[in-house]
Amino acid sequence: MKKIICLYFQVHQPLRLKKYRFFNMGKDHYYLDDQTNRAILHKVARGCYLPMNDLLLQLIRQFDGKFKVSFSMSGIAIEQFRAYAPEVLDSFRALAATGCVEFLGETYAHSLASLANQDEFAEQVRQHSQTIKQEFGIKPKTFRNTELIYSDAIGAQVAEMGFTTMLAEGAKHLLGWKSPNYVYANAINQKLKLLLRNFKLSDDIAFRFSDRSWSQWPLTVDKYVGWLRDPDMPGEVINLFMDYETFGEHQKADTGIFEFMKYLPGAILAGGDLSFATPHEVAAKLQPVSVLHVPYATSWADEERDVTAWLGNELQNEAFRSLYEMRDKILKLNSPDMNHVWRFMQISDHFYYMATKWFSDGDVHSYFNPYDSPYDAFINYMNVLSDFKMEVDKQLALQEKEGNLQQESVPA
Amino acid sequence: MRVLMFGWEFPPHIAGGLGTACYGMTRGLAKNDVSVIFVMPKAYGDEDQSFARIVNASDVETTYGHVGDSELWEKLTFIHINSNMVPYIGPEEFESYTRQQRESGRFDTQGDLWKERYTFSGKYGANLMEEVARYAMVAAQVARDMAGEFDVIHAHDWLTYYAGIAAKRVSGKPLVVHMHATEFDRSGENINQKVYNIERTGMQAADRVIAVSNLTRNIVIEKYGIAPQKVVTVHNAVRFASDDAREEERNVPDKIVTFLGRITYQKGPDYFVEAAAKVLKRVKNVRFVMAGSGDMMNHIIRRVAKLGIADRFHFTGFLRGDDVRKMFALSDVYVMPSVSEPFGISPLEAMKSNVPVIISKQSGVAEVLDYAIKVDYWDVDALADAIYGLISYPVLAKLSSQRGLKEVTNLKWEDAAAEIANVYRSVL
Repeated sequence: MKKIICLYFQVHQPLRLKKYRFFNMGKDHYYLDDQTNRAILHKVARGCYLPMNDLLLQLIRQFDGKFKVSFSMSGIAIEQFRAYAPEVLDSFRALAATGCVEFLGETYAHSLASLANQDEFAEQVRQHSQTIKQEFGIKPKTFRNTELIYSDAIGAQVAEMGFTTMLAEGAKHLLGWKSPNYVYANAINQKLKLLLRNFKLSDDIAFRFSDRSWSQWPLTVDKYVGWLRDPDMPGEVINLFMDYETFGEHQKADTGIFEFMKYLPGAILAGGDLSFATPHEVAAKLQPVSVLHVPYATSWADEERDVTAWLGNELQNEAFRSLYEMRDKILKLNSPDMNHVWRFMQISDHFYYMATKWFSDGDVHSYFNPYDSPYDAFINYMNVLSDFKMEVDKQLALQEKEGNLQQESVPA
Repeated sequence: MRVLMFGWEFPPHIAGGLGTACYGMTRGLAKNDVSVIFVMPKAYGDEDQSFARIVNASDVETTYGHVGDSELWEKLTFIHINSNMVPYIGPEEFESYTRQQRESGRFDTQGDLWKERYTFSGKYGANLMEEVARYAMVAAQVARDMAGEFDVIHAHDWLTYYAGIAAKRVSGKPLVVHMHATEFDRSGENINQKVYNIERTGMQAADRVIAVSNLTRNIVIEKYGIAPQKVVTVHNAVRFASDDAREEERNVPDKIVTFLGRITYQKGPDYFVEAAAKVLKRVKNVRFVMAGSGDMMNHIIRRVAKLGIADRFHFTGFLRGDDVRKMFALSDVYVMPSVSEPFGISPLEAMKSNVPVIISKQSGVAEVLDYAIKVDYWDVDALADAIYGLISYPVLAKLSSQRGLKEVTNLKWEDAAAEIANVYRSVL
């Protein structure tokens, strides 16, 4: 049986807030921890983005167009590349130029807007598509939402925005006996095709690769390709979706992850029964086998595969509510500076830091978290948000005053 | 008059108000011609020593065990509280101790080997009971070394009561114990029986008990069964650094209502939150700040989020030094809704910074203040009402802060210390 391997890597780095105290409020309107943001970006660029991009470029050349990958890159990450590491953007452009790399659409700010406000969601997706077009000359046709958040309604809206394909999590509680290794369709708009992440085979690389307590450690290329070929695992496409930082960051170089990736494509292509395709190509080639009903939002995070990592306690809900109630004012103000803050305040990571469900998924949460506790994260975020609100109100009042003056000066 | 004083902390290294009070008191006593030998565990070396001689308990060598100096044993009953700890030994002693053990294969129990130096952590910690016990042993040694240099012994709070008792037995001098807080103030009705026992033993062994308020005096009499004629109320005073009056530039246009203190059950932080929510329903141009940390902090943050007021209710974490002054300078109203407060010094600091204050009737400081608004801690409506009044009616805030400043300026440690000196005289 022939199977397609579909690789997608997520590229995102949040803009972290600096320690912002009550005493800063009203006086200090710069909210970002530039030093940390730059340092982390440089570290990840050196350890992951640059060496991995090099490797992928080599592989694409080596296999003469048969090896294909796809990326989704948040606008916030692109902003940081422009500011701190333009060479990373160059290397992504080199990949784009091979024609073997698809760039997916997402929200500009890697935000949770799809759960808050449809208009804001659409606006951010539009903004992101524009940015990708500008940087790589490609207009995204496939969509992947922040953290693979998906529901029937979100899918329907994405289809309306002109996307033909969307990625989602192959969560057990959605699929039941069904396999993630087929193409499915959105329940509301069946023209939208869904590619579902094979979380077992994806996490074997992303999470378990260097785990010595794992019964399958060490993971060799032969063993892994054996699993992909396994005739007991039916299907037409195997979707391996993971964070790009898996390579060199979550799995450090000394675990052998780069060597694994170097030899994986060759082993996959060797048999002739496995091939690579980008999400758009997969959707064009394969027909959906069924619709998938997803009444509630799912994601790729944690055991529950729901959105409680970001909106699971009263701290997160309050911060979220407090943020999105500002939207009308932001639109009215329409100031580039304020829009910038508005965007980075929406980055999903801020809400992730406030999660209190540390138990089964604690390792992953604490790895990414710059705060000592979710409470610290909440306090700091709310302090920044409070000051931002005051600034917006101040500028709105100013704008109104100027508007009135202009009206008065117009002769009757 | 000379006093041997046992404390647990002293500025600048303080975890609570006890250290600040001790400092003001020793200054006040100095003005009343009382000299103080202050014993505390683990002196850091940068304390202000101009008014008190600080003896570092960690530097006093004491005799420990059942060998050596037998004279001490005639005057000291060994006090041992669930302590299974081997005392820390100085590096030199430790080296000779181990060398000797290697060479001879046995312990030599003669000589200085057993004169060990204990290192106190000096912080409230898990092995507090052990530290209390060891502090008492050191106290006996101190009292012996200082024999003839003091006339009366003064011990602050239960942590030092065994030390006070030990010093009294060794020296035969009268003992005054000072109740800054009772176990009932700290823990509500779920008291720690060991702590309660030490408090009661200390007060029973003392010649006089000083309570920081009538509120505390009543608890001492009713719940500890101490004879009323033995218990004297001396209200605390407050000492201000001279540069306290600096103006702070306002950072937000709104009125600021502040809670400053440990975020624990005793301080009533939840009543502050509920009142804040009520006020915010009526007026928008106000922000609430909770400054401090404590075991109820996470609970309070959740409650604030749940009430949907987090963009108007801010947390600063624990503040120290200049940040405390800054916080007061930025405040329009200071609230202390304590469930049980033996005294409560921070409203006085707020008043000194021209901030109108609202305090609970269940605080000792309410006994000495006329120009503070007083409410029952549980009466959230009354608290909300008082906050609303102070931020909405400038004339009320002005009166409250002006008269308050005058009132608080008259609360001097010099006067409180004179009363304490009278207590000393009454036992000599």
